[in-house]
Order: sequence, then C-alpha cells, then structure tokens
Amino acid sequence: MDVEILSRLQFAFTIAFHYIYPPLSIGIGIILVIMEGKYLKTKDKFYENMTKFWVKVFALTFAIGVATGIVMEFEFGTNWSTYSRFVGDVFGSALAAEGIFAFFLESGFLAVLVFGWDKVGPKMHFFSTLMVSLGSMFSAVWIVVANSWQQTPSGFHIVGEGINARAEITNFWDMVFNPSSVDRVSHVISGAWLAGAFLIISISAYYIVKNRHIRFAKSSIKIALIVTLIASLFQLFTGHKSAVGVSKNQPAKLAAMEAVFEDQTNAQLYLFGWVNEDKQEVNFSVALPGILSYLIGFDTETKVTGLNSFKEEDRPPVNIVFQAYHLMVAIGMALIALSILGVFFWARGTIFKQKWLMWIFIFSVLLPQIANQVGWITAEVGRQPWIVYGLLRTSEGLSKAVNADQVWFSLILFTLIYIGLFILFIYLLNEKIKHGPEDVDEIPSEIGHPKS
Amino acid sequence: MEFTFDLNTIWFFLIGILLIGYSILDGFDLGVGALHLFVKDDTERRIMLNSIGPVWDGNEVWLVTGGGALFAAFPHVYATVFSGFYSAIMLLLFMLIFRAVAIEFRSKRPMRWWRQMWDVAFSIASILIAFLAGVAVGNLITGIPLNSEKEFIGTFWSLINPYTVLVGVTTVALFMMHGAIYGVMKTENELHNKLRGWVNNSIIFFIICYITTTMTTLIYYPHMIQHFKEVPALFVLAILNMLAIANIPREILKGKDFFAFLSSCASIAALLALFAFGVFPNFVIASNNPELSLNIYNAASSQKTLNIMLIIALIGIPFVLAYTISIYWIFRGKVKLNNMSY
Repeated sequence: MDVEILSRLQFAFTIAFHYIYPPLSIGIGIILVIMEGKYLKTKDKFYENMTKFWVKVFALTFAIGVATGIVMEFEFGTNWSTYSRFVGDVFGSALAAEGIFAFFLESGFLAVLVFGWDKVGPKMHFFSTLMVSLGSMFSAVWIVVANSWQQTPSGFHIVGEGINARAEITNFWDMVFNPSSVDRVSHVISGAWLAGAFLIISISAYYIVKNRHIRFAKSSIKIALIVTLIASLFQLFTGHKSAVGVSKNQPAKLAAMEAVFEDQTNAQLYLFGWVNEDKQEVNFSVALPGILSYLIGFDTETKVTGLNSFKEEDRPPVNIVFQAYHLMVAIGMALIALSILGVFFWARGTIFKQKWLMWIFIFSVLLPQIANQVGWITAEVGRQPWIVYGLLRTSEGLSKAVNADQVWFSLILFTLIYIGLFILFIYLLNEKIKHGPEDVDEIPSEIGHPKS
Repeated sequence: MEFTFDLNTIWFFLIGILLIGYSILDGFDLGVGALHLFVKDDTERRIMLNSIGPVWDGNEVWLVTGGGALFAAFPHVYATVFSGFYSAIMLLLFMLIFRAVAIEFRSKRPMRWWRQMWDVAFSIASILIAFLAGVAVGNLITGIPLNSEKEFIGTFWSLINPYTVLVGVTTVALFMMHGAIYGVMKTENELHNKLRGWVNNSIIFFIICYITTTMTTLIYYPHMIQHFKEVPALFVLAILNMLAIANIPREILKGKDFFAFLSSCASIAALLALFAFGVFPNFVIASNNPELSLNIYNAASSQKTLNIMLIIALIGIPFVLAYTISIYWIFRGKVKLNNMSY
C-alpha cells in the first residue's frame, strides 16, 4: 500500500477511535449539570451521590478522549504537512482558538469537578461542572468549525501558485460562519448529547433489570430521557438543514448520499438499497418517488445534480457514502422512536415495568455511537477526493518527508495500542458499573425532604 | 541583531512563552513521573501520583495549545518539524497516551502486578517524553537538513547524535530536579524528607549535564551565542539562570520549599529564553544551507491571521491565567488521599 492510503487509514482509524469518547463526555457533561443543579436546588444528598457516580464515568471517558485527542492535533503536521502548509493560516486559528478557549477551561475545571468535592463549596463545584460542560462544547464548536471550513471554504483567498499556493483569511467571521458551520456544529453537539444520554440510560436500565440501585437508576433514566427526546428531535431538524446545505454547497456529496447519477427533478429518496457503482444502479431498494427533491427544495420539481455531471476524478465513492448515510438516518429515526416510547410509558407510570424496553435500553448505547461514526463517514468520505472541498485534493495534502514504512510502523502501533485501550476502557467501565454508586439507595430521603 | 517589533516577532515570543509555560508546568509532573519508581511504598507512590493528579491534564493543554498556535502562526514550522520528526513524534504521542492511561488506571485495581505495570509505564513514559522534547530542542540548535521546498531531507537516525542526546538527558535532569522540588512542596513526613535528599542529588545531576551542554554548545554551535556577542545585555539572562539554580539548595536548606520551586521555575524560563534568543529569528536552522532556514517571516501566516490570533490570545490569556491560578490555589497544600484520588 502506498503512503496515501496508509495515511488515510491511519487518520480514519485514529479519528474514529477518538470520536467514541468526546461525544460521551459532552453528553454526560450536560447531564451532570442537570443532576448537580437538582442537588443544588433540593439539597438532597441523593443527587450529589448520583452526580459523583456519573463523574467517575465521565472522568474515564474524558481521560481517553484527551489522550487520543492530542494525536489528532499532531497528525495534521506529521501525515498531512502539505495540507497543513496550505490551510494553516485559516484552519490553524480555529485550532488555536479551541486550545485557548476550550481546552484550558475544560481541563482546569475538570480538576475541581473530579477532585474538588471537599475543597470547594457546592456552588463553586456546580460552577466547575458547568464550565467543564461548556468547555467540552466549545471544543466541539471550534473543531467542527475548522472541519466545516474544509467542507465549505469561505472568508479566504488563495495566495501564491502551484506548490506555494495557500489559503489566507480575508474575513475571520466569514471563515467561522462558513455556510455549513452552524448546521454541522448543532448536529454534532446534539449527536454527542445522544451518545452520553444513552450510555446513562443503558447502565441505568441494566440496574433496573438486575434490581439494584433502583432509585438511582430510575432517576437517572428520567433525566437522560428528557435529554434524548429533545436531542433526537433536534437531530431531525439539524440533519435536514445539513442535507439541504449539502445539496447547495457540496452537490457531489448529496448525489452520493442518495445515489443520484443523472441530473433529475422529482428525485426519489431511498429507504435502503445497494449501489452498483459500475452499472450506476441501486439494487434491492425501496424508494419514495419525488421525496428527495421535495425535501431539499419543498418542491418535487427541485433539480438534483447527478454524479455524472461531475468529472470522474471529482466524484466521491458512492456506496460507502450511501450506506453510511442511510444507516445514520435509520438510527436517528430509531432513537426518536425509543425516546418517545420511553417518555410515553413514563407518562403512564409503567416505564420500569416494561422489561422488554429496559432490555432495548441496555443495548441502545451502541446506536448513537454507530450513528455518530457513520455520520462522520458520510461527511468525510462524501467530501472526497478533496481534502479541502474544491481547492486541494487529498492526494496533494500528504507529507513529502514521510514514507510508507514509517506510516506502516505507526499505523500498526496505533492499532495495537488502541485495541488495548478499548479493552481497558470496557474493563474499567464494567468494574465501575458492577461497583455501582455509593450507598445512594440507603438514603431514604425523597425530593422535598432535604437531608443534611 | 536586527530586531523589529512586528507581529512576527511578537508571535515568536508568544510561542516561546507557551513553551516556557509548558516546560514549567508539565516539567514538574514529568519530573514526578521520572522519580516515581524510586519510591517503593504503594501509599507513597499514590501520594506522588496525586500530587500532580488534579493538574497534569491542564499542564498538557499548554503543549496542545502551543501546537495549535504554532500551526496557526507558523504553519511551515509546524509542517516541516512534525513531518520531518515523524517517528520521534509518533513515539512521543504513544508515550503521552501511555502516561495518561497509566495515571488514570493505576489505582483503579488493587492487584500488585497491575499497579507495578502502570507504575513502570508512567515512569518510563515521563522520562521518554522529557528526553524526546530535549532531543527536539537539540535538533533545533544543531539545525536539520532542509530542501528548497522547506521539507526535511534527513532520516530519523540523523536526528539522534551525541549532542541532541546530551540535550535530551539534560532535559530529563532538569525536570527531575523540578519534580523533586515540587514533590517536597506537596508531601509530608518520611516521603518529604526522602524527596529533600533527592533534590540535592538531582541538582548535582542537572548541573553536570548543564555545564557539559553549555560547553559543547559554545564549542560546536557558536551561532547560538552570536546575539549575545552583539547585545551583551542579553548576558543578564545567563547570569539570572545561574543565580536561580544556585538559589535552589539555599531555599531548600532554609525549608522555604515554595521559593525553591519558584527558583526552579525561573531557571527553566531563563534556559528557554537563552535558547530562544540563540536561534532568533530562525525557528528551524537549515544545517545544509542557512539560506533555507525557516524564520519568523518565511514560515509565517499572513499579517491578518497573526493579528486575529493576537486578539484571540489577548482575550484568552487573562482567562487562562485566572483558571490556572485558581486551580493551583484550590489544590494548594499537602496531598491527602481520599476516595476520589488516583
């Protein structure tokens, strides 16, 4: 394999692995704010202990997120140095802003969140939790802004030619608010809330099924369900807006997402299918006629540009993008259904008697994780063959000083280390789950009967 | 020395300040890591680990932000160095991962083999990170071969030579000394007394390395003192550095641990300032042809970006200082283990 495919594999693998963790931190973070907020309001020790348990889970995901995150920042330079030279003026400032505005905030207050229970008062502790949660979201904002600029570059001009060409900022705010930023940032953050909330639902449902830590589990599920209901419906909205944006700004990507080969009006929306890229047809498919055109323009007469309108060297791989996209949408719908089901039975007061639902909840943790991964595959593979859409090809972004042997070496080591890390993560998470929250259930107080 | 106070120069020194911040802060926790295996008792090891527990993560952010700032302000330096030092950077990344994981996981299980395994990982990773950082600095002093497209044209092994290894070892010694002093501040009783003894040993180790490195630099890399010949006032830095180092044993003897720590911080800052003035205005010296060196002008982003970044930095820095100071204030005093500790 050549250095290009190896570097792409390495980046894809390290970013996919990294992306298991930050969404969990962001999602658990927002729920910690709610839980500790309830503690501050009710003074009920139950909520403090509940927060403490989830803080331990949070700290675990956060640590791996940080360790694997540094890799990402360095990899732009190690494997994609020509790209770094090209985009540094623009992309670098978003990354530096992430460091100075988000990482310091997160890591500083994380110390208080995890180790500061006895060192500061409850209000200061709550403030720290809030800052960690905000910091983790700021971080998502800046990094997704940087990525969105690669998808829909704006606020820049190209200086120099050939090997010396590079993008320079002309308008910082146009760069930050490039056409896809807002839609993608909100889509990503809300996807992260789902990841964290469903982890909490999953662990709590396990306790319900095992008949342990009942009060803790019930209360956790209820808080998380509110988050998933809001976030999953919000995903429908942000996802729709993103897709409309893609149809305008990255038509080749949209064509790959829905396997549109010829320009057409009244374009159909596939529910599923298998794309044969050579014959340009979709097999085993079920499709809704006219709906794709309708969704992107609120009119079935809206014209969708097909892949054949692009030069062959400018087309992304179709089937990968198609499958990833459809899987993401299907999971998105399933998450809405699960959230509504949960809230429905909760309203009827029978949610914790629905054993089948609890079992689904236990496994539901995988769904947002898969959706987040395939969502990014859609976004990044759909952007190919460009590393910066329309400006720089992926094959042109490589490091010239790095050869295939070096990347083989690092790729193999990353694979081994990350497999080990993942096993450790699961092992320690399992230990924490088995151990459970500290004597939360021994505290008899209910809301309205403050202890201490 | 030609010195114009423009955006490029400001950014050279801002990157320098980030690097100094990183070295002072992560320096002591890498140093604590390097000394970790010398402590034998499990509780004492936990105290060592928890002395850096709440802060090591934030300290590492200085490296991340430094990397981001370098990417934004001097993309060519970022691109050339990171791709040129590929294998060394990968090793550094693996060590950063091992270290983070070791700190996080060590005390999660009670088994002896489990803790011993993570203790070794933590300590070796800490030493190697300090060493690799030093080797990188060494290579920036000696210069590396570059072509006209600003690309590194040497090999991994060309980065490792007696001089760069010497700078690497000196960095390990420096951080060990710094970490030992930090440990003295954060511990009590027996461990405290043990660490006081190690401060003296590590100072001797550091001074031997420091003198050797300085002499070697003066003999083989005289370009590093060019500016000091032209602007003798800069020599004050070298004197300050000596005084700061000499002050450490004095403060330790008087039992003023915090002042010893401040002296150690000052000596790190002065050392890096000497390095920065030595290479200025270059970032990466091309050893094959000085014309090809990457300096603060030919490696920089546009004036517009440097300006935007300066605004970002001016907004961000007061916040960063506020958090950093409050966190260290909240976690001041001797380490006490509790159920949330590592």
